[in-house]
Amino acid sequence: MSAVELRARPSTRFFRSELWLIFGRRRNWVGMAVLAAVPVLLIIAVKVSPPGGGGGPDFVNQITQNGVFAALAALTLELPLFLPVAVASISADSIAGEANLGTLRYLLAVPVDRVRLLVVKFAAIAVFALAATLLVAGVGALLGLAVFGGGPLVTLSGTTLPFWAGVGRLVLVCGYLTVCLTAMGAIGMFVSTLTEQPIGATIATLVLTVGSEILDAIPQLAVIHRYLPTHYWLAYTDLLRDPVSYDQVVPGLWSATAYILIFGAAAWARFAGRDVTS
Amino acid sequence: MTDLAVVSTGLTKRFRSGQVAVNTVDLAVPYGSVYGFLGPNGSGKTTTIRLLLGLVRPTAGTHRLLGSAMPGAAARVLPRVGALVEGPAFHPYLSGLDNLRRLDAADRTVEPRSAGARIDAALDRVGLLAARRKRYRHYSLGMRQRLAIAAALLRPRDLLILDEPTNGLDPQGTREVRSLLSALSATGTTVVLSTHLLSEVEQICSHVGVMHLGRLVAQGPLAELRARTAPSVEVRSADAAGAARVLTELGLTEVVTVGETATGVLGGVVPEKVVAALVHADVPVRGFQVRSADLEEMFVQLTGEGFDVSG
Ligand SMILES: Nc1ncnc2c1ncn2[C@@H]1O[C@H](COP(=O)(O)OP(=O)(O)O)[C@@H](O)[C@H]1O
Ligand SMILES: [Mg+2]
Repeated sequence: MSAVELRARPSTRFFRSELWLIFGRRRNWVGMAVLAAVPVLLIIAVKVSPPGGGGGPDFVNQITQNGVFAALAALTLELPLFLPVAVASISADSIAGEANLGTLRYLLAVPVDRVRLLVVKFAAIAVFALAATLLVAGVGALLGLAVFGGGPLVTLSGTTLPFWAGVGRLVLVCGYLTVCLTAMGAIGMFVSTLTEQPIGATIATLVLTVGSEILDAIPQLAVIHRYLPTHYWLAYTDLLRDPVSYDQVVPGLWSATAYILIFGAAAWARFAGRDVTS
Repeated sequence: MTDLAVVSTGLTKRFRSGQVAVNTVDLAVPYGSVYGFLGPNGSGKTTTIRLLLGLVRPTAGTHRLLGSAMPGAAARVLPRVGALVEGPAFHPYLSGLDNLRRLDAADRTVEPRSAGARIDAALDRVGLLAARRKRYRHYSLGMRQRLAIAAALLRPRDLLILDEPTNGLDPQGTREVRSLLSALSATGTTVVLSTHLLSEVEQICSHVGVMHLGRLVAQGPLAELRARTAPSVEVRSADAAGAARVLTELGLTEVVTVGETATGVLGGVVPEKVVAALVHADVPVRGFQVRSADLEEMFVQLTGEGFDVSG
């Protein structure tokens, strides 16, 4: 019957523990090694057999002129599947993984408030999305610069930006893609509250993401395209125009925000009152 | 009400499957007691514990922990409650130490700087200090159980709710855990432990609640419950039939003869009177014994069945 009143202090300990759980896990290292391998392979391939020049939005042809383009090319290659797989596996594991292990009941008994758990899990997903994007871009940019050297950045509009302005554009691209992938992570976290099977939740999240990409590719479905979660992902190329075009980027940010709010709320609605019997 | 560490009224849980796992349970666990929550597998012990901790929402009923209404007071009360629910559960690829660090990090009401010392103390109490850097997946069942108990002891607790804490432990480990619980109880911690082992209750519990098919069929101080169950006499005699006749005439119930032994439930009859009557009736008595019901018999009397799994 201790009379001591227990006060909860604001603390980042649990959030840091969550990051450490994600970034300390061997499975995730393997995943991140795969993400990092793509720019490495790409740079080796371009070094061994340089492309014939010319432009094009796949960026591969520009790598020999400016190594930073290796980052953009690698992001372009990984955006349809590898990056979504990475974010899906982390986000779908968030609640379902703990439920599957049974650690969820012990976290809740600590107690960790259920809303706080979702907020911490979501924040960690966002950090992972950023880390995955920066990993691909960072390996691509650094190795690209080491192999091919730096130089001015030729924008998609044909103008030329000085080297550091080009790097700035790359940072903007990474930020935009992080937001897009984080929105997908919110969907994954919601799916994760529906089941105790993390693998099933990962697959479901991927089916939703790739399904969205497929629907987006069917012109007859144009009316629904702008509501698809992946529809604005490719708008990152607009950040490489001169001047930057925000016609697609701004709606892309709104779309991502809407997905984060809607699926965050859905995860809360589902999880807040759920019986934890795992 | 204020002298109860755990109190529930009408606590009921009907799962979506329709199964009523917990049925109008009125728990009353006094402060400072070691409360044995006894019942066969499937009788609703774990579900009751989940209800107490707020993991599962009750279909009906309310409860208070340490004087505060749950689940509203969870943030204030649960840090003072150490719990073990349906066996250990940890991240397999983390060490025992790292698993405890994670749980401690999740608790916003503790002093972060003392984490290392508190974790080591908890590991030491359960004898896991030497194995703390091993990955959890390489722990034996008993070590896992010990780690779960260590997690419940990460900080001083006013109440421990432990679901079958000696499951999977070897006899040595079982003894250690029992003496650990006795020591904690001696310092004022209230302990609720669920078990399907009668011997466990007999050895360390001051109070007992008996679950059967989701209902709390008996509850109270152990001694009181024992007294409630009727003692019986056992007469060994060459004339067992004659002895049985005497017992029946005296008003004993459930009189049975098996070979040379006649038994009967004493009811209000004093044993001395039985002996006198037997002598008076010239029944040759070779042996006479008064048996108070042991816990197992008490259990059978309460539940009307053996110690089987209830569905
Ligand atoms: N999530 C659930 N859904 C449906 N029935 C359940 C669930 N959890 C437990 N039960 C049922 O409730 C009853 C009590 O289970 P439990 O509380 O685990 O018993 P105990 O811990 O005493 O062995 C059992 O019949 C069990 O099958
Ligand atoms: Mg159980």
